[in-house]
Amino acid sequence: MCGIAGLIHRGKSSNVGSELQGMLQALKHRGEDSTGYALYGDTDGKNFIMRFKVGENVGEGSSSVMEDVSVYDERKKLVDDTLREMGAKIVKEERVLPYSLRYEIDYNTKDLLEFSQKIESIPGVEILSMGKSLEVIKDLGNAKMVCDRYSLDKLVGTHAIGHARMATESGVDIKSAHPFWGYPFSDVSVVHNGQLTNYWNNRRALENKGMRFMSECDSELIAVYIAQKMREGASLEEGMKDSLLGLDGVFTYFVATKDSLGMAKDTMAAKPLVLYESDDLVAMGSEEIAIRSVLPQEIDTYDPFDGEVKVWQI
Amino acid sequence: MANLKNTEKKSKSQSMGMHTEVLTGRTQQKFFNPDEAENFFYFGTYDVDFNKRTELDVGKMTAPEANKEIDNLMSQGYGTIVIKNPQGKHSLGVGILNKLNLIFEGSLGYFGMGSCDGPIVRINGRVGWSCAENLMAGKVVIEKNAGSCFGAAIRGGDLICKGSVGARTGIDMKGGTIIIGGDAGAFTGFMMQRGRIIILGDVGINLGDSMYDGTIFVGGEIGSYGSDAVDAELTKNDQDWLKRKLRVAEIGENFDVSKMKKIVAGKKLWNYDNLEPTEKKGAI
Repeated sequence: MCGIAGLIHRGKSSNVGSELQGMLQALKHRGEDSTGYALYGDTDGKNFIMRFKVGENVGEGSSSVMEDVSVYDERKKLVDDTLREMGAKIVKEERVLPYSLRYEIDYNTKDLLEFSQKIESIPGVEILSMGKSLEVIKDLGNAKMVCDRYSLDKLVGTHAIGHARMATESGVDIKSAHPFWGYPFSDVSVVHNGQLTNYWNNRRALENKGMRFMSECDSELIAVYIAQKMREGASLEEGMKDSLLGLDGVFTYFVATKDSLGMAKDTMAAKPLVLYESDDLVAMGSEEIAIRSVLPQEIDTYDPFDGEVKVWQI
Repeated sequence: MANLKNTEKKSKSQSMGMHTEVLTGRTQQKFFNPDEAENFFYFGTYDVDFNKRTELDVGKMTAPEANKEIDNLMSQGYGTIVIKNPQGKHSLGVGILNKLNLIFEGSLGYFGMGSCDGPIVRINGRVGWSCAENLMAGKVVIEKNAGSCFGAAIRGGDLICKGSVGARTGIDMKGGTIIIGGDAGAFTGFMMQRGRIIILGDVGINLGDSMYDGTIFVGGEIGSYGSDAVDAELTKNDQDWLKRKLRVAEIGENFDVSKMKKIVAGKKLWNYDNLEPTEKKGAI
């Protein structure tokens, strides 16, 4: 089933980590195999923030194979060496969990494709997100468990999207969890509720164009599809509108960039979405109770229609 | 509940055409016997007094707790119940099978007022997916917008949304009337079998797709027609009925019904003619 939620504050920052946690926890009955956050925090914009993993969470119903922690250490060392070779300086390093790391990197490039390919050529290493503001945090368990594990409740920023997952077509693991980074674009992330039925055809076509897939989760296709459209010169909104024709199936998805948040709904309108929109806040989720967690007072909400695409700026 | 082991009752009700199944084991089936007064009442229904009014704050309750408390209040004879702080909870007000004046001061989530038979409900807010699914009789009025599958499979009653609704409104409906003050999404009236849908605003693509029977009236633009849905002549009787229905529903004042489009099934796709349960009651 899965549940998605997102919010964007316009003209101000807020405690988006805590707010999104409340929204996703309200949707936990839609799936709590894993939960993921894409948070756009307030930063000075100088350094890249790289969230990456060197292994999987093997607890809490995981389908992953147990590895010795020393393997994680070896992979981390290889990442550090590769960064050094590329001239990237690690400004700040946090090892949140043995398999999950957060680096702030001083690195001057506009092409994250080559950078990402080198890092991910190390077996077992996956970049969860890369950007000047974006941080993707995803792990097994419900929203509160993941929030507590990564201390997300104090993160201040402008907007965020998240996903509560009931695993159906791929494994219970972090690599299949949402959000997906819009590789190789800085600060682009995607969450999705639904099923895509032309996944393999699109995947083969995009891989032939040099794009990478880290999982076999159909939702990852949306991130890669939009990213490819943007590589070809389309704006975010144009890429999303194009996806309504290029992606087959039933879906509602959100895309976020450094300064915007968008939603798209397929032409069958088969997946739910409730939306609240005001001058200073947009909040949306698979169910109204997600919005109620941040706006308990009586408000006007609505369901976007079939084939609708909307984008908001901060 | 009637004694299922009593074969005399069983054969009697079968001979009346109330059911034909041969049932074994445990079942919730209630056999109808006109000789027993008890069978003229639904199980779990109450005689209530509309003048006996109370308020119920469900802000800190779960949906089952709230529904149990509504049931408890009805058992005490309360006929007017005002629900405070529903806060988008799912499945509120389901399974009410008697007359009741129910007012929600706020919005409901999914499946609100599902499987009801008789209450008069006003929701001063929005409703999520599948509001009033399987409504048998009564009236449900939503003051704001509604989600998809609004009035799915209703068999009777009036379901009114003063705002806009999502996709698949009236899917599989078998009777009753749905009235929409605003716009409606794609696949409105999908596979509808009986009843009427009135939309004062625009409607999305595939209107009336695969409809078996029933009638759809549209005041605004139509995205596209579904398979087998065709235009029909809007008669004087249709217009009179529309005017009366809109007036009773307190919606669309001064709306020019003479310009509405009437959509019906283009082919006879069905081959059934059994009476619905409500119609059976009426026949008896």
